[in-house]
Amino acid sequence: MTTTTEAPAPVRAGDAPGGTDRSSSRWLYVVLTVGLLAMALPFVWMVVSSVKPEAEVRSIPPTWLPETFTLENYRELFDRLRFPTYFMNSAVVAVVVTAGNLVFGSMLGYALAKLDFRGKRVVFALVLGTLMVPGMVTFVPLFVLVSNMGLTNTFPGLILPYLVGPLGVFLMRQYFLGLPDELIHAARVDGAGELRIFWSVMLPLTGPALATLGILTFLSSWNNFLWPLVVAQTEDMYTLPVALALYSVGQNATQYGLLLAGAVVVVVPVIVLFLAVQRYFVQGIAMTGIK
Amino acid sequence: MATATTAPASRSRPPGGSPAARRRSLLQRRQARTAWLLALPFLLLFAAFTAGPVFASLLMSFTDMRSTDVRSPFAVDLAAFDNYTALFQDDLFRKVAGNTAIFVLVGVPLTMVLALAAAVGLNNITRLRAFYRLGYYLPVVTSIVAVSVVWRFLLQPDTGPINQLLGAVGIGGPDWLGDPSLALPSLIVMAAWRNLGTLMVIFLAGLQTVPRELLEAAEVDGAGRWHRFRYVTLPLLRPTLLFGAVITGIGYLQFFEEPFVMTNGGPLNATRSVSYYIYDQFSFGNYGYAAAASYVLFVAIVALTAIQFRALRPKT
Repeated sequence: MTTTTEAPAPVRAGDAPGGTDRSSSRWLYVVLTVGLLAMALPFVWMVVSSVKPEAEVRSIPPTWLPETFTLENYRELFDRLRFPTYFMNSAVVAVVVTAGNLVFGSMLGYALAKLDFRGKRVVFALVLGTLMVPGMVTFVPLFVLVSNMGLTNTFPGLILPYLVGPLGVFLMRQYFLGLPDELIHAARVDGAGELRIFWSVMLPLTGPALATLGILTFLSSWNNFLWPLVVAQTEDMYTLPVALALYSVGQNATQYGLLLAGAVVVVVPVIVLFLAVQRYFVQGIAMTGIK
Repeated sequence: MATATTAPASRSRPPGGSPAARRRSLLQRRQARTAWLLALPFLLLFAAFTAGPVFASLLMSFTDMRSTDVRSPFAVDLAAFDNYTALFQDDLFRKVAGNTAIFVLVGVPLTMVLALAAAVGLNNITRLRAFYRLGYYLPVVTSIVAVSVVWRFLLQPDTGPINQLLGAVGIGGPDWLGDPSLALPSLIVMAAWRNLGTLMVIFLAGLQTVPRELLEAAEVDGAGRWHRFRYVTLPLLRPTLLFGAVITGIGYLQFFEEPFVMTNGGPLNATRSVSYYIYDQFSFGNYGYAAAASYVLFVAIVALTAIQFRALRPKT
């Protein structure tokens, strides 16, 4: 895989063909900075407005910086609106879903990459074929299934449909394919069993792939909306996006400051997580995107 | 499957050959057993919660199943193509299909152009490149519900900062989400803002694979900067652009959270999408009908992918 986006670019500003002059490079920075501001300002505005009192959020013309600083919106979210519960629900679902995808995805990924068995091609084609099947297509029968299992409005109901996914298999298989077979041969000569080779010899070498898959899965679970909206029926089972969406169209629809504080609670943890691990993330985009 | 040639022989005949062959067939059996052991948990969950529902959805779309039939899903009546016929005769469905088509046909090119511009820009700077890339990518990791909440307030006619900025340069900003002709374009712009980071990262990786010698050769031949981009870089980027168009198109075909949070599908259904329609029908209890609509969406996704593969296929 020739996928390292970190690799030094072949074409750089200073020595680019055509002899880029300094002023055009400066203009490029200006344009890119304007673009960057456009990307960042909504988030800045979200955070800034979430610490304004309601009256100030709704003032005409709007204020940019808060004239009165208050944490009232957050206090209301956490004391009155049960955001701690939603936060925990989102976290529990995301953690379990991520663990499931890592474990089951690497198991099947290894079997597809390194073991010989009949039906291998069929299994791979079947899994890959669902890579682009959207949740919209399956949620109705899925709801019927989960209802009949008695799992609506429960954690298993929220989690089970997302516990395994094609992306995990695809990513892990790709990564295992890149590891040398000699490691397996050597371990077999040493008398290690097949499961042990998978678990103790090969799996520990897949750190970067596991990290990438883990982050991708965690984020998509954290941000998932349709399924939790359908399957969580009482407030105590809401995840953060469900709670935020329902509040924003319900009786709190016009409490701007409160909703923006809610958006902060949903967005800021993933931004922090993303900044901490972004190296793997960008790698993952390249890995899934380009071979 | 490098050992496939020896496999049939050792499987069909009792191992009577050389010790080496016997060892090999034993190993093969053990490998197959391990492989199925490793595959089984995944495949069970996958069959129940992914592959099964894909087919169940198709079957359901030919029945008159309603929410009252949940406990006896096999007792429903067949409705043949009734759901599909009703779907295409419903003015609202035609409206939401049109909205979704506009979202894709305008949103995908817009997102791609912005992402490509950002990627080319980043490819031509050295200092702070990682910083800029991070900034452009940031919205991608955030919840669409949350950014929809934020943008709903950004776009408020009186209290929103966007109209405030426009007012500062003397433009009276409209009621973006309240105007039936502006609401959908507003959502498209927001989607482009939210999603361009993914494509930028992919395009940037693609740009870095363009061989420098080619660009230099073109320059020697007298090609200006635009011509080098248009006739050297862009054709080489074709597979990358294709991939970007497909994944963005698939995503945009399903847009749902944006109208759910920002407009409730209004004004006058101007922002209601196919996904929103499916969700509504599901909420009304029309399961068979919702499944039919979801299959139409699925077919659209497959068709879009096929068309884009054709359109961006390398010219021979």
